[in-house]
Parts: sequence; C-alpha cells; structure tokens
Amino acid sequence: MTGRIERRFAELKQKGRAALVTFVTAGDPDYETSLKIIKGLPKAGADIIEFGMPFTDPMADGPAIQAAGLRALHAGQTMKKNLKLVREFRAGDKETPVVLMGYYNPIYVYGVDRFLRDAKSAGVDGLIVVDLPPEEDDELCLPAITADINFIRLATPTTDDQRAPTVFRNTSGFVYYVSVLGITGTKAPDLKSVEKNVNRLRKHTNLPIAVGFGVKTAAQARAIARSADGVVVGSALVSAIKDSLTKAGKPSSKTVKAVHSLVSDIARGVRS
Amino acid sequence: MTTAQVNSYRTGPDEKGLFGIYGGRFVAETLMPLILELEQAYKDAKADPSFQAELDSFLEHYVGRPSPLYYAERLTEHLGGAKIYFKRDELNHTGAHKINNVMGQILLARRMGKKRIIAETGAGQHGVATATACARFGLECIVYMGSVDIERQKPNVFRMKLLGAEVVPALSGSRTLKDALNEALRDWVANVEDTFYCIGTVAGPHPYPEMVRDFQSVIGIETKRQMLAREGRLPDTLVAAIGGGSNAMGLFHPFLDDKDVEIIGVEAAGLGLRTRKHAASITGGRPGILHGNRTYLLMDDDGQITEGHSISAGLDYPGIGPEHSWLHDMKRVQYVAATDKEALAAFQLCCRLEGIIPALEPSHALAHVMKIAPTKPKDHLMVMNMCGRGDKDIFTVADILGVKL
Ligand SMILES: Cc1ncc(COP(=O)(O)O)c(C=O)c1O
Repeated sequence: MTGRIERRFAELKQKGRAALVTFVTAGDPDYETSLKIIKGLPKAGADIIEFGMPFTDPMADGPAIQAAGLRALHAGQTMKKNLKLVREFRAGDKETPVVLMGYYNPIYVYGVDRFLRDAKSAGVDGLIVVDLPPEEDDELCLPAITADINFIRLATPTTDDQRAPTVFRNTSGFVYYVSVLGITGTKAPDLKSVEKNVNRLRKHTNLPIAVGFGVKTAAQARAIARSADGVVVGSALVSAIKDSLTKAGKPSSKTVKAVHSLVSDIARGVRS
Repeated sequence: MTTAQVNSYRTGPDEKGLFGIYGGRFVAETLMPLILELEQAYKDAKADPSFQAELDSFLEHYVGRPSPLYYAERLTEHLGGAKIYFKRDELNHTGAHKINNVMGQILLARRMGKKRIIAETGAGQHGVATATACARFGLECIVYMGSVDIERQKPNVFRMKLLGAEVVPALSGSRTLKDALNEALRDWVANVEDTFYCIGTVAGPHPYPEMVRDFQSVIGIETKRQMLAREGRLPDTLVAAIGGGSNAMGLFHPFLDDKDVEIIGVEAAGLGLRTRKHAASITGGRPGILHGNRTYLLMDDDGQITEGHSISAGLDYPGIGPEHSWLHDMKRVQYVAATDKEALAAFQLCCRLEGIIPALEPSHALAHVMKIAPTKPKDHLMVMNMCGRGDKDIFTVADILGVKL
C-alpha cells in the first residue's frame, strides 16, 4: 500500500519540483494558535508537514526550537494534544503527509503500542525520532513499520559510505539529510557539500532525500531544491512565531500570518 | 522486571550496551559513528597492558593513590554500633573521586589523537578534574555548567579558569547538571572531528557507563585489598552517595559477587521524597530515556523530565547510571535516600568528630550510616565512600547556617 508520503513525492516528481517540508512545534505558542498555523500551511505552500513533539531536553536542537518546545509545554501541550492536533488537521486535509518529530522518552512513557495505534488513527504518516539510531530499531522503528507508519531516518555528514547501509535499512518514506554538523538552526548549510553528499547518499537509497537544518531563506531553499527532493524549514518558522509574540509571550494578531507569509516566500524559492 | 538469579552481577553490559533493559545507545545519528569509534578505542586500550600501566602510574604519582581506608574511631564510638571505615577518596588530587575517571578518559583521548576535550559538571568537581588533566597534558578544555550551579559553586568555577579551561554557562532548561549535559552533547554533535567528550559519571550512551565504572573501580579494588589486610575479611556493608552513580559504582562493582556484602546507595531526598523537591531517581522516579540511555528518571506523567533538587549540586541530577537501575531491579543493591537536612547534620558531625570536612555529596551517605550503624553489632564492618572534600561547599553551608563569610 502506498502511503501519503510516497504519493506526495511521486506527484511532485511528475511536476518536476522538490517538496517543501515545514516544521513547527506542536502547541507553540499555544494549542489554538498552533492549530490555525498548521491548518493554513498547505495553502501557504507546504507539501509535507512536520510537527515537533515538545520535549524538555531536546539534545539535537538549537535555541530556537528549544524555546519553542518550552513555550508549548508552558502552554499545556501534552502527547495527547500532539495527537489531537494531527486529528483536527487531518479532518480538513486528507492528503498532506504529516510527520511527527521528536525524542523517544515522551513516546516511551505514553507506551509504544498505544502511541502507534493512536498516531495511526489520528492520521500520522511518518515518525522521526532523533535519539533512536538504527542500533535501537527494536524499540520503535520495527513496531512502526508493522503499524504501517514510515520511520524516517536522519542521515548526517558523519554517515559515510560504510555507515549508510545501516542507516537506510528499515527506513521508509524519505531520508532526512541533516546538512550541517551540529544542532538545528545554528549553522548555515554549505551548498556545495550538500549537493555532493546528497548525490553520494543516492548510491545507497532510492528513497527521496529531503535536506534540512539551517535553511532560512528562499534563496537557500532554491539552491538546495536543485539537488534534493525536498527542503525542510524549521527554526526559521519557529523564530517567526517567537518574533510575532507580545511582550508577555502571548500570540498576537500577526503570529499566524507571520508563519504563513514566510512559508509562501520560501515555497516560491522551492518552486522557481 | 526480572529478579531471576544470575551467576554473576559483574558481566554487563552486553554488546548493545545493555544491563538488563537499561543502558543502550539512544543518541542522534551524527554521534553514532563516534560512539562506535570510542567503543573500539576503549576495547583496544583495555587489552593493551601499556595503557593500564600508564594509568596506574598517573594514579599513583599524580592523583595520590591508593587512598587510605581509615577507621573512623570517634564516629564509631559516637554511633555505638558498626565499626565504620571511610574510603578516603577526598584526599585525591582535586579533592574527589572524579579524577580517577578523568585520568582514564584523558589518556584514552590522547591515544585517539583528540585535542579538544569537553565535559559537563554539576558541583564543579568533574569540571575541575577535567581541567586539571587537560592542563597537565596541554589539551584544550571546555566545561559546560548550568548557570544556577555556576552561582552556587563559585570557587570551582574560578579553579577551572585558573587551570586554563573555558567555562560555558548552560542557560537552557533548568540550568543545572542535566542541561550542562545537553549542551555538551550539542557541542559534540557540532565538533565531531577533533573533540572527545569526557563524561563525569556512569551515565550517557554505551560505552560510557561501562568505561567510567571500570575507571572508578579502583576504589572498590583498593578497599577490598585494604580491608583484607586490616581486618582479615571483607566488609559487611558498603554505603555510597549517588548522583549519577560513579563513586558508588566504583566502590560497589568489585563486591557485587560477594553475596554476603550488603550494598547501599544513597540518593538525595532534598526537601523530602513527598515534596517533589528531590533528586532520588530510583526511589522517586521510573524508567525512561535521557542522555543516551534507558534508566530511572525523574519525570512527569507525560515523559517530560523534571528538575532535581538537592542541597548538593553534585547529586542534583534527574537520572542515574543504567547499571544502578539494573542492580535495583535485581535487588542486589538497596537504594535509599537522605534529605538535605540529614546530610547537613552529618556534614557537621563529621567535621567535629573526625576532623574531616566532607563534601555535601558523601554527607548523604554518612547520613544513612548514622541511621543504620547504631543498629549493627560492634564487629560489623561498614565502609562509607568519602568521595569528596567539603571545601567547595563551605559557602553553601555557611549560607544555610546563616553565617556571613
Ligand atoms: C564529591 C562528589 N561526590 C559525588 C558526586 C556525584 O557523582 P557520582 O554519583 O557520579 O559519584 C559528585 C559530583 O559532582 C561529587 O563532586
């Protein structure tokens, strides 16, 4: 059975363009605003939606996404609400793939089987769990595959030709190439090395390769879209949320619009 | 959770880095090749007699080992029960057990050709030990420390700077030890080429819990030899304080298969286990995944990590080494807790009776000794790990006692 992610990449390939994958943290700055942001993303130009599941100790994230997670948690976000957000989004959009991204502990505590069942029924298509490398596939990756949810792996500049087969084993949906050595939202990707690495990884996988970590502008997105099948934008959107907040940290009338107009802008980059 | 009998408690971890269900390698993909490289390098070093010989030489001439096993006569008389010994790791160079592990890891880093060392620290003792070894070998040293801890452990911050280390405040989350660990991991992900991460306790992804345990086991190995020489037999009870669990594991591990030796780890109960203001991961937490391993953690019902609290910055960690979690489930080691107040009373008693100013961390172990020693017969041999000296804590203690320095 082909899933939404596979269908979406196939569709875009026909159109001859890369996918724009947008990341925002679920429940940032609060549940209602987050829902409005997410509902408007496809229209603004997002092809695939990633929700970050907030965690207190996001060891692979930079200050922007760390802060977004804490904003969401302070506003009362929980795992149940992460899934509810997906369900509410899915009620109005049957086709846009939704990927949940985060860390293992909140899933483990929720219960792996229960999580997979609830995620599937909410309309989740894929999972990216940062602290589950292939060495820990028994934990969630293999059960996810059984539950018909894509387990999307991160490949990094340290994924050399020797390591690549291990990383791509049991991966489905797409491959997320982390374009920089480091955490989210800090360094800018070196476009030449991105292209070189994407082409190198293609020797190991037929899956679409999306590139992220550090993509902030339409120009960067356009350049990456030339060699990759998808461009992921995260910290820039999350920072746009932060910059739109009132002094008291509450959403303002500009919050939803700020995210959507940045997504539209970057989408033009990806599509040009 | 199994409590089935095992032939030996000393064979873990398995090749996946697991002690029962605990441990493992829960890290970002960027770090995976580095962790595999470290595992191999450590295996090779362990098999190389010249590595152990070099380490032994530094432990003797630089750290000052073996540390004495001291009969605490006046404390024994005062408590009126068990015969109490202190394993005096507070006499080590830099004032705590932390240097045992650091010497091992830094010699390994040198073997691996790494020039840049990063570390996390809570009380500052591991940071000071790392800065010390880096100065000794001319290595660049960056220490991450929660900004809250920087405030309460000023003397150690200055010490690290004198030794040439850069101290970087961790400003995220609760701004204590767990956040310093997060920051160190973030640094490592960004600097994979030249950087060695020197973890300060028996936590983190495999192979750290095993490696740090091995380097700290010198404590228990010496204790065994010294006790046999002094008393002609093994001790009856071992007691040690637990933050991440390295000084405790170092004392315990060589005794795990000596069935008659009772072993007790003391966690920090802070303001009390019922207040949530504590750092007792086993007594007050449950299994989860943080900092590369599965272990007992302090967290809320939604899997969000909660802040630990303890009067002692070195115990203020919401997790515990995975091997301890396993030993708890197997019921081989008993885990208990002591409050801030009890630790403070033990701290003062030790100063007055033994002329030893203990660190606040082993003061927790001492607090438990004060509870159980009176219930034991006079020929009961009890060893407490005096894993650090209290010079770093006098400001905290003065503050609590209302004394202006
Ligand atoms: C003197 C002392 N004891 C104990 C600890 C706690 O660590 P561990 O449980 O790994 O021994 C620390 C940590 O800073 C310390 O400085």
